[in-house]
Amino acid sequence: MTGRFRRLDETDRALVRLTVDGSEITALEGDTLMVAMLNSGLALRNAEFGPERRAGFCLMGACQDCWVRDTDGNALRACSTPVENGLAITTQPLTADWSVAP
Amino acid sequence: MSTPELTADVAIIGGGLMGCSAAFFLAQRGLSVILLETDKVGRQASGTNFGNVRRQGRPITQLPLANRASRIWRQANELLGSDVEYLQNGHIRVCFRDRPENVGKMEEYAVQAREEGLDLELLSGNMLRERFPWLGTDVLAGSHSAMDGHANPRLAAPAFARAAMKLGARVIEDTKIVHAAKIGEDFVLEAEDGRRFRAPTLLVTAGAWAGKIVSQFGETVKLTPRAPTMSVTEPVPYSILPAVGVMTPDEVETVYFRQVARGNIVLGGSTRAPSYPDEYRSYVMPQNTMTQFQHLRRLAPALAKLQVIRVWSGIEGYTDDALPVMGPSGTVPGLFYAFGFSGSGFQIGPGVGETMAELIATGHTDIPIGQYSIGRFG
Amino acid sequence: MSERVVIIGAGPAGVRAAEAVVRAGIRPVVIDEGSRSGGQIYRRQPEGFKRSYETLYGSEADRARAVHETFDALLPQIDYRPETLVWNVAEGRVWAARAGETEAIPYDRLIVCSGATDRLAPVPGWQLAGCYSLGGSQVALKAQACSIGGAVVFMGTGPLLYYVASQYVKAGANVVAVLDTSPFAGRVRALPKLAEQPDLLWQGVTLTFGLIRAGVTVLSGITPVEISGDPQSGISGVTVRTASGDVRQFDCDAVAMGWHLRPETQIADLARASFAFDPRTRQWLPEIDGDGRSSAPGLYLAGDGAKILGARSAEVTGELAALAALGDMGHAVDKDRRCYLMAQRARYVRFAEGLAEAFPWPHQFVADTADSTIVCRCEGVTAGTLRASVSEAFATETNRAKAFSRVGMGRCQGRYCGNASAEIVSALRGEAVERAGRLRGQAPVKPIPVGTARTDA
Ligand SMILES: Cc1cc2nc3c(=O)[nH]c(=O)nc-3n(C[C@H](O)[C@H](O)[C@H](O)COP(=O)(O)OP(=O)(O)OC[C@H]3O[C@@H](n4cnc5c(N)ncnc54)[C@H](O)[C@@H]3O)c2cc1C
Ligand SMILES: Cc1cc2nc3c(=O)[nH]c(=O)nc-3n(C[C@H](O)[C@H](O)[C@H](O)COP(=O)(O)OP(=O)(O)OC[C@H]3O[C@@H](n4cnc5c(N)ncnc54)[C@H](O)[C@@H]3O)c2cc1C
Ligand code: FES
Repeated sequence: MTGRFRRLDETDRALVRLTVDGSEITALEGDTLMVAMLNSGLALRNAEFGPERRAGFCLMGACQDCWVRDTDGNALRACSTPVENGLAITTQPLTADWSVAP
Repeated sequence: MSTPELTADVAIIGGGLMGCSAAFFLAQRGLSVILLETDKVGRQASGTNFGNVRRQGRPITQLPLANRASRIWRQANELLGSDVEYLQNGHIRVCFRDRPENVGKMEEYAVQAREEGLDLELLSGNMLRERFPWLGTDVLAGSHSAMDGHANPRLAAPAFARAAMKLGARVIEDTKIVHAAKIGEDFVLEAEDGRRFRAPTLLVTAGAWAGKIVSQFGETVKLTPRAPTMSVTEPVPYSILPAVGVMTPDEVETVYFRQVARGNIVLGGSTRAPSYPDEYRSYVMPQNTMTQFQHLRRLAPALAKLQVIRVWSGIEGYTDDALPVMGPSGTVPGLFYAFGFSGSGFQIGPGVGETMAELIATGHTDIPIGQYSIGRFG
Repeated sequence: MSERVVIIGAGPAGVRAAEAVVRAGIRPVVIDEGSRSGGQIYRRQPEGFKRSYETLYGSEADRARAVHETFDALLPQIDYRPETLVWNVAEGRVWAARAGETEAIPYDRLIVCSGATDRLAPVPGWQLAGCYSLGGSQVALKAQACSIGGAVVFMGTGPLLYYVASQYVKAGANVVAVLDTSPFAGRVRALPKLAEQPDLLWQGVTLTFGLIRAGVTVLSGITPVEISGDPQSGISGVTVRTASGDVRQFDCDAVAMGWHLRPETQIADLARASFAFDPRTRQWLPEIDGDGRSSAPGLYLAGDGAKILGARSAEVTGELAALAALGDMGHAVDKDRRCYLMAQRARYVRFAEGLAEAFPWPHQFVADTADSTIVCRCEGVTAGTLRASVSEAFATETNRAKAFSRVGMGRCQGRYCGNASAEIVSALRGEAVERAGRLRGQAPVKPIPVGTARTDA
């Protein structure tokens, strides 16, 4: 088990495939992006102003700790975004030329 | 019963950047100073503004004052003993493709500015995009001023106030002056709670509120209180060095942005809202936030993907000709004014303080300020 | 006279408000950020999930079902805008954003039922991955059938602490300990007021015994010492000082923390409602009359977004606020119904007072936060930096301290550090906490992208 979260129930759902930093992970239909990422990993992103990794905090859209980006640079609030097949997520901070990203 | 009075060589009404920097430079010249502030120092226009330390675009006749201010900004940290986050990373002024007539104006301005010691480099849209790839295709041309920059407005005026206090100035917050008069040789100022202050020289740096005080000395100025529209994004990797703004005659298109070293991008401009000096309130009108976003996307399309985490505004007094009132009173000897900076007082602020201190201490300054005389509204 | 009614929030308060407005023959706009109605306590699981109401809501299953069914039946008669964020209110218009677009919705009456979020106290290490708000840990379970970790510690205070821990145990999660900062004696003292809701009181007692029976360590009167762990891998344990002064350490990979709730008042603030300090909870609350009228014309507040009174009260105050709005528009209002609701509300107020006494906000612990502890998680600012804004830069209240130290300037807009900042600033100045003021609400209520475009102009 490599994830932070533990599934306790509702495991009988269709599989969804997405990529995080290029590696494929599987999730279940109806998962939030946060649950998908934290069932296969320990964190969502790096803190901007500290050494630590962050994994969200409130799960209700209030703390804004769980923002990640898709590979097009769109910001997604992981705790309130449902997963979709083919979603490609990057947990790396934007590169310094963020503004010319595709 | 007589209330005890505080006395000094110079009393200053208004603790914005103008009042705080004047207090500092007066104290540096050995004068005793009382600085009186209704609220807290540097929390009004001086603490809420965009933070542009920009000379280009100012009236040519203002450049000597702006150059003086620039010199102070460059050494501010050493002078004040605290970091005001001044970054001298340049300023770009651009015009949009649908206003080609502005290119000629920019060229003309650059020629005149050079004579005043401000070097501007004119660049085509493509040259600009090569150096600053985040600029949009809507940008036709621009002018780059390498020696301009930006600073943190929340820190600047309080830093001047603390430095002035170290030199002996008395900075008195939570003190609203409701009555000011010259009685004999002295100005006598009365606070809302009855406390009194006395000084032979009075400097009024009361920002958007100055009209009320000025009228007590028989002079009139019309100040329109407005509230520029500000926003700030989430932090993103630090990659935009210069501050950027649009040159246009249309207020709605006048947008600008800068990135602070921590990564947040400060966005400003577009239509200003009214503000309410009596209530000490200003509000951001959401429709102005929306037009601001719209024109920012023309300026730098990639901003569209960033999240805005906060909007704010502040109270600024605008004169009818958008020039400040600066210099001696036209009616009362010993009375001096520096207010009405009309949305562009931050950069020149420290220069205003030093110039007013010089004028008060020596009776003279070489900085041309005649055009800012209150008499012009007479 | 025009009768445009906008309701923000589709939790129990918003649902009952909408029901009353529809009954009067008006079609309200109902806006909620969530994809499904229900609000926090009655949050619905995603389509396709199969757990029963009893599994999800336990003793509150019938209430949850009633709220959901009421709302579903209202759908044809309301203009429902799910997944829509209200990010600002100005000049009689609500600014609602969805999928990068926004429009200004005009109203004559605005009923705000915006609910609450957890109230947090800074604990050393709470910025590490694996530390969640207590409410967040419940959302993980309720909405996603997940536990926030393999071994979970619950820390903080309030009935929700025991409630969520019990839900975790019941769902099969590994709960290590429930660590309550409130001393047990306070609960005994508050009994007369808590007896206003005997079933809830009884529920509280049985939950605690249930936890102990399940082998969970339950401690009262603790003082948090540290959440330990590694910046990369996250939390590995929690250390507390017990009521008797011993230091105890618990190994875990997740901590759920909360000290009761704080109302979401940004919208009320933007709509220019006045606020007053509530000494019982040491929070600033919007001022409302018994019906829910605020000081701002046409603005009504209900549910936990106005004052933390709980889910049952939210249904009552939602309806009351709607009746007030209807009455103010000239509709006939059933006086008996209003009297009945007012009496209900009074009982919930007494019960909430009891809860505040039984599970107090540990303000001294917060005031004593070590200089090295992060207070503002968003900006990574420590208590030491916050204190320097007072001692070196002369900040006298929280907004000024924010301007100098950045505490409260981050993405969450002070939701999770504002209460603590006021305690730390006021304690350092030796003043009452209300003198430190409150962080003023600023738009946007939650972040919106620069790409947001207006669709109505
Ligand atoms: C939102 C915003 C954005 C701006 N952006 C820029 C920019 O990017 N670049 C730029 O150059 N300029 C900008 N400006 C303008 C600039 O901030 C102002 O011109 C400048 O700060 C004015 O300084 P001040 O000291 O005159 O006024 P203020 O900072 O307003 O100070 C006046 C002080 O006087 C006090 N006062 C008033 N009456 C009394 C009384 N009776 N007794 C005691 N105290 C009194 C007030 O409380 C106040 O603190 C902006 C302004 C705003 C509001
Ligand atoms: C996570 C959590 C768990 C809780 N669990 C319990 C419990 O088990 N038992 C109990 O008695 N109480 C619980 N509470 C307290 C709970 O808040 C109330 O009892 C009840 O949900 C209050 O109902 P409400 O209608 O006032 O608000 P909520 O039910 O919170 O509903 C508010 C609604 O407003 C919406 N909203 C808020 N702001 C905006 C905006 N700007 N734009 C659009 N929509 C917005 C939200 O999306 C939400 O759906 C819990 C609270 C939280 C935060
Ligand atoms: S975890 Fe708080 S907003 Fe997503």
